[in-house]
Amino acid sequence: MIDIGLGHYLTLGAVIFSIGVIGIFLNRKNIIVILMSIELILLAVNINLVAFSIYLGDLAGQVFTLFILTVAAAEAAIGLAIIVVYFRNSGTIRVEEIDKLKG
Amino acid sequence: MIAHAIFFYTFSIIAVVSAIMVTASKNTVHSVFFLILDFISISCLFIMIGAEFLGMIMLIVYVGAVAVLFLFVVMMLNVAQQKNQWFAGQSTSKHIPVGLIISTLIFFEIIIVIGGWKYKPEIFDINNSLVNTSVSNTHSLGQILYTDYIHVFQISGMILLVAMIGAIVLTFRQRSGVKRQSYIKQISRERVEGVEVLEVQSNKGVKIDD
Repeated sequence: MIDIGLGHYLTLGAVIFSIGVIGIFLNRKNIIVILMSIELILLAVNINLVAFSIYLGDLAGQVFTLFILTVAAAEAAIGLAIIVVYFRNSGTIRVEEIDKLKG
Repeated sequence: MIAHAIFFYTFSIIAVVSAIMVTASKNTVHSVFFLILDFISISCLFIMIGAEFLGMIMLIVYVGAVAVLFLFVVMMLNVAQQKNQWFAGQSTSKHIPVGLIISTLIFFEIIIVIGGWKYKPEIFDINNSLVNTSVSNTHSLGQILYTDYIHVFQISGMILLVAMIGAIVLTFRQRSGVKRQSYIKQISRERVEGVEVLEVQSNKGVKIDD
């Protein structure tokens, strides 16, 4: 317990990943929280990459963490833009009321 | 080693609790604040583990840009005042067992994978040839980011450009009734269109703008 190793960081990543998946499934409020859950999942992936990069001594993990950060920022910008447009057109972003695709 | 453990458990407990609060809190603005707390504690973990450049970038990009963007959109859309129950409605409660089952399955799958790593300790005996310990983390990241990964780096720049253009195109709205300055019209204006020379007869005057 005291000796912190790679397993601890991977467990933390697993916990945050699972919380993000739970957030996507259980969310009943609005789509913005779903986007935040996706950010949590990407964060868990980043934790895994950085932990492996440090403990295996290979910098490629940190480089790819940078690229994941870039893609996450782009995804957040596009997703929020889509949400703004949807709210402007339909007046709601509640998950239950978005049923245009009959899903 | 004790201090490492104490800091790790502190930051990871804060991160996990705030991640739970992101999904569980009723107010969306509170969710965004807990997301910020989560990012900050994870970046503290990164700095502690030795990836200080990524920790700082995480602070700048996530807390400084993405979380503020979320907050901005939440306030602009006025969803904070929609008082919705968390587990409200009959149609929502049927998702809860499925979600719990799937996420616990994912959690235990990842835990099993980690256990496999734990029982194969010779995997850590890879020679650390890639990390040069004489320079800092930021220096060594820069040394490989602009040489070995230059094409991926430029492609990520293109991704950011496309995202920026896409966000602008999506949210751009042409409003009617707004008077705009038209440079082309102003520059291409000739003297003939604007000035008219008239012979004014005495005691008659000139009629303007008929």
